[in-house]
Amino acid sequence: MDLTYTEEEQDFRARLRAWLAKVLPELPAAPSPDDWPGRRAYDLGWQRRLYEAGYAGLHWPVDAGGRGATPTQHLIFLEETERAGAPYVGANFVGLLHAGPTIAAEGTAAQRARWLPPVLRGDEVWCQGFSEPDAGSDLASLRTRAVRDGDDYVITGSKIWTSHAEVADWCELLVRTDPAAPKHRGISWLAMPMDAPGVTVRPLRTLAGSTEFAEMFLDEVRVPVTDRVGAENDGWRVTMVTLSFERGTAFVGEVVACRRTLGELARRAKADGRWDDPVLRRRLGRLYGEFGALWRLTQWNVSEAERSAGGVPGIGGSVFKLAYSHARQELYDTAAEVLGAESLDLEQGWVLDRLSSLSYTIAAGTSQIQRNIVAERILGLPKGR
Amino acid sequence: MDFQPTEDQRDLRAGVRDLLAGRYGRDALRASVDSGVSVDRALWRELGEAGFFALRLPESEGGVGLGLPEAVLVFEEAGRALVPGPLVATHLAAGVVPGAAAGTAVVSAFDLGGPLVAHLGDADAVLGASGVPAGEPVRSVDPLTPLHRVAVAGDCSAHREEGALLTAALQLGSALRTVELAVRYAGEREQFGQPIGAFQAVKHLCARMLVRAEVARTAVYAAAVTGDAGEVAAAKLLADEAAVRGARDCLQVHGGMGFTWEADVHLHLKRAWVRSEQWRTAAQAEELLAQELLGSAG
Repeated sequence: MDLTYTEEEQDFRARLRAWLAKVLPELPAAPSPDDWPGRRAYDLGWQRRLYEAGYAGLHWPVDAGGRGATPTQHLIFLEETERAGAPYVGANFVGLLHAGPTIAAEGTAAQRARWLPPVLRGDEVWCQGFSEPDAGSDLASLRTRAVRDGDDYVITGSKIWTSHAEVADWCELLVRTDPAAPKHRGISWLAMPMDAPGVTVRPLRTLAGSTEFAEMFLDEVRVPVTDRVGAENDGWRVTMVTLSFERGTAFVGEVVACRRTLGELARRAKADGRWDDPVLRRRLGRLYGEFGALWRLTQWNVSEAERSAGGVPGIGGSVFKLAYSHARQELYDTAAEVLGAESLDLEQGWVLDRLSSLSYTIAAGTSQIQRNIVAERILGLPKGR
Repeated sequence: MDFQPTEDQRDLRAGVRDLLAGRYGRDALRASVDSGVSVDRALWRELGEAGFFALRLPESEGGVGLGLPEAVLVFEEAGRALVPGPLVATHLAAGVVPGAAAGTAVVSAFDLGGPLVAHLGDADAVLGASGVPAGEPVRSVDPLTPLHRVAVAGDCSAHREEGALLTAALQLGSALRTVELAVRYAGEREQFGQPIGAFQAVKHLCARMLVRAEVARTAVYAAAVTGDAGEVAAAKLLADEAAVRGARDCLQVHGGMGFTWEADVHLHLKRAWVRSEQWRTAAQAEELLAQELLGSAG
């Protein structure tokens, strides 16, 4: 057990830090959260800079256009970019963390050549068409149909909670290609262009008042069969590849950010006298300890991934997500305690964060589903009927 | 960075687990509960011979020459097996109190932050005091941790960090063990025509236990690697919680059986309560962490 970084890793960190110090002051101001075209341009601009500096797709394999960095280097990258206040991956989230790695792992040479470079260059944005109104936690019960018609699939149905749908060029879409098969076996993974005739996007407002995600209606949308990734009816397995990436690496920067937020809360509590309240002070102390431990758990999981073949994060990601999503909500409830009545003022940055933290126990598999995964796949408890 | 146990560390842990399974299995545990003998001198010497207490003494002083990470892995196993006795204090006394390193002496400590001292009746020495003070026996909640009330005050703050960390490791082992006990019972016990572990309510109890234990595990291991005071405090805080709440959830999974003397769950819970009061309580850990947080915020 060793927490020291190798010389090579320290070099990598130093070079990255120097680059961030040079390039971040040149960045334009961040757009407002509701300005989606502005957000797209901003996020893609950042991606382009990463690309030009050789940091795009750091953790992607080299033959997919990435840098083939080790999980530890990726960890350092996420830690340093967050520390320096660099833009979040934003609109490129699905492309860089879901669709891209899936295509890299499962796509044909032609598919990789078509879709991966534009993601890395910051030319194209992807969104995720997985959930449906009747298929959220029970994702495999999805009903959007794709029927073969010559060289095309003809798709009819609807999707929901589609993040970045308004500005996406492509959608990683799960469709049912065999309604007669058992529910996990009749699903296929398609790449659908968002400007295809028959695609309608209707933004949904979140409880935070912003439009983070959308509903998507698909009315006889035609997608060429050649744009299917993986075999027909094999989409569930392909999807599991995608989700394992999501659960392993999605929160590194956020843990760093939460620890910084705790420091700001302590300063503020000290300044206005609330620090003298032992109940609040102890709560902040406990959270500091918890987020420290979550950072160590991240390093543990990354080290484990580094030792495993292919560096694909394991199921321990569910343990992390469960602990982290609840700690994050606790953090912002504590922030509200520090702020007092000021926590009712939406202009206080922490208040929007408090609202958005409510999604963490729901998105990417609810805490209840994650607990089932932990109980059944890690602890080996029997499946319920 | 490679934050995973080395092969030697894995082997050490496995070796200690085998040793304790053979020497202090379930029957031995229940026998000591029945007899009320909490410190078995023969076992103590065997632990000494296996290097349990001399683990971190330099080889030049007859020790094994290993570090805190190895000690934490060994103590995790002792916590899993619920080995009774002042393991942490005797380990800390190795090289200071004659016989401690070899396990021929039993050493307790003023680690309960007040007038209570554990295992006083068996102790040859008490860390933080000169000699063994007189004490009045107290009815202890844990059948295998006898307590005495003493009139003198002792100070073992010099050992606080290491004592807290090794106690956290014991808690971690206990927490991981209660997950196993709960999962095994939930897989065997049938109600409504199926194992209770198939019910989501039971599953979620078990999953929560594992999540707490795994977070505590990384906190304990990290603290052992860095030796940082804040990380040690966090490790103790999280391991105490994982052990106490883990035992309570395990008891709940066992249903009525869990409320019996016959089930081992209460032994884990009671020991976890004792350890929560040793070296550094939750309140003390949270205060220390709060001060560190404020310091880091500048």
